[in-house]
Amino acid sequence: MQRRMTTLWIVSILIYAFLYIPLIVVVVFSFNNSKLNAEWVGFTLHWYQTLFHNHEMLLAARNSLIIAISASTLATLLGTMAGLAIHRYKLKVLPILAFTPVAMPEILLGVSLLLFFLQVLNMTLGMFSIIIAHTTFCIGFVAIIVRARLQGMDDLIFEAARDLGATPWQTFYHVTLPLIRPAIIAGALMSFTLSIDDFVITFFTKGVGEPILPIQIYTMIKVAITPEVNAVSTLLMLLTLTLIIVATRFDTSVLRSESK
Amino acid sequence: MILTSFRLPGEFGGLAPLYILPDKANTDSGLTIETYQFFFSDFIYVEVFLKSFAVAIFTTIICITLAYPLALLIARSPRKFRNLMIMLVVLPFASNFLIRIYAWMIILGPESALSHIINSTLAFFDIAPVTLLFSPFAVLIAMIYVHLPFMILPLYTNLEKHDPILLDAAQDLGANAWQRFWYVTWPQSLPGIFSGSALVFVPVLGMFAIPDILGGTGDIMIGNLIKDQFLGTRDWPFGATLSIMLTLAVLSITGLFSWFARPAGKFA
Repeated sequence: MQRRMTTLWIVSILIYAFLYIPLIVVVVFSFNNSKLNAEWVGFTLHWYQTLFHNHEMLLAARNSLIIAISASTLATLLGTMAGLAIHRYKLKVLPILAFTPVAMPEILLGVSLLLFFLQVLNMTLGMFSIIIAHTTFCIGFVAIIVRARLQGMDDLIFEAARDLGATPWQTFYHVTLPLIRPAIIAGALMSFTLSIDDFVITFFTKGVGEPILPIQIYTMIKVAITPEVNAVSTLLMLLTLTLIIVATRFDTSVLRSESK
Repeated sequence: MILTSFRLPGEFGGLAPLYILPDKANTDSGLTIETYQFFFSDFIYVEVFLKSFAVAIFTTIICITLAYPLALLIARSPRKFRNLMIMLVVLPFASNFLIRIYAWMIILGPESALSHIINSTLAFFDIAPVTLLFSPFAVLIAMIYVHLPFMILPLYTNLEKHDPILLDAAQDLGANAWQRFWYVTWPQSLPGIFSGSALVFVPVLGMFAIPDILGGTGDIMIGNLIKDQFLGTRDWPFGATLSIMLTLAVLSITGLFSWFARPAGKFA
């Protein structure tokens, strides 16, 4: 038994290494004083400097932030409502409708949205279409999280509130909302990261015009690889890492105040 | 409810009636199955579909083999370490998808340390050097890398629920380590494997970015075909036909997986 655990440990450590080495390589080479991503030459911050003077890149970062913030706000609102609706009206179709986009390959959603925007709505692709597209695929995730939270709760609480004379709105505001708040926050943070990271759907709905961060990275990788990509990557990793740390902090503090 | 129904036209309703609508390139009015005939008339498209399936199957199998030991270790670790270990699995996949692909461009690049090691070993045995980047190998490795956590998580959730008493019982009855695994742990973990497989298989099937960036010119998959139809040659009806084919494939695969997972689920 003991020997088996050791083998398991060795294999697992190798798998962890497989998961982390690529990312470490990217970070290390972002400080490398060489145009080639081949061998270590010396430490430099040069790539970060060029990055911060790259106007296009800064614009792309700003656009991506705007998209992520608007899309996650919209998706959280609509997704919460969808989650509530799925929980309340026990129709079999509703969860299927909300969750299929999550389960399908992204490319299908991207293509359908492209067709929808151009053929049905006849609109020009741009920031607005990307925001709508991102909202669409984030709603499902928020709905899943909110619904999971509602499923774990006793419906009697809501009935009790109604018995005590609360209007439906008061029940929602004073009972339901505080109870599902952790789920809403988790959903919002998830939508934000999904949106800022999304490449496939953005790729199909971007149109021409405004630079968007993932697309910008894609072009840089496809056309010419400079260590600038490493620098952007490192900064982006830092951002998601901070978000995750904030999320877990927030989540546990919410849970704690609840258990009291 | 209104909201969910409102969302659907954007996703599927928009697609279903529209793929038969002729666009500018295809001006005869109304419905046509021309694009479907075209799909089957040229073996090349069927071949790409089969190839994508092969990539997806390989990726899934390798993901199972890699994920199993790690998930097992996490599930059998002391409870206080489990969350941290799972966190460590999830963390790298929170970073941008393109960055994770890009990392492999560096590692597999012709000037990289790995390429040097492999090629000097090959040179030692008098074998011609290989290029790792822009090859099916690069595509496969990145596919595995990107989708591994999707296999580890459901597998862990399943393994964690197993009752260790069953293993003790098996040992008491004289089962050796291998028998205990094969007759006790493995059958119980099948639902986890199936849900993980669905989570890996489906996205791999539709992936276009990885073959696009890491693959050579010959390594195209369904996703690349679809992308080219929509953004390259702008043959929308054919692109939509391909999308429908992919949708059908995905639906039947998910149906198959859930059907497989069900009887096993009863025993778990």
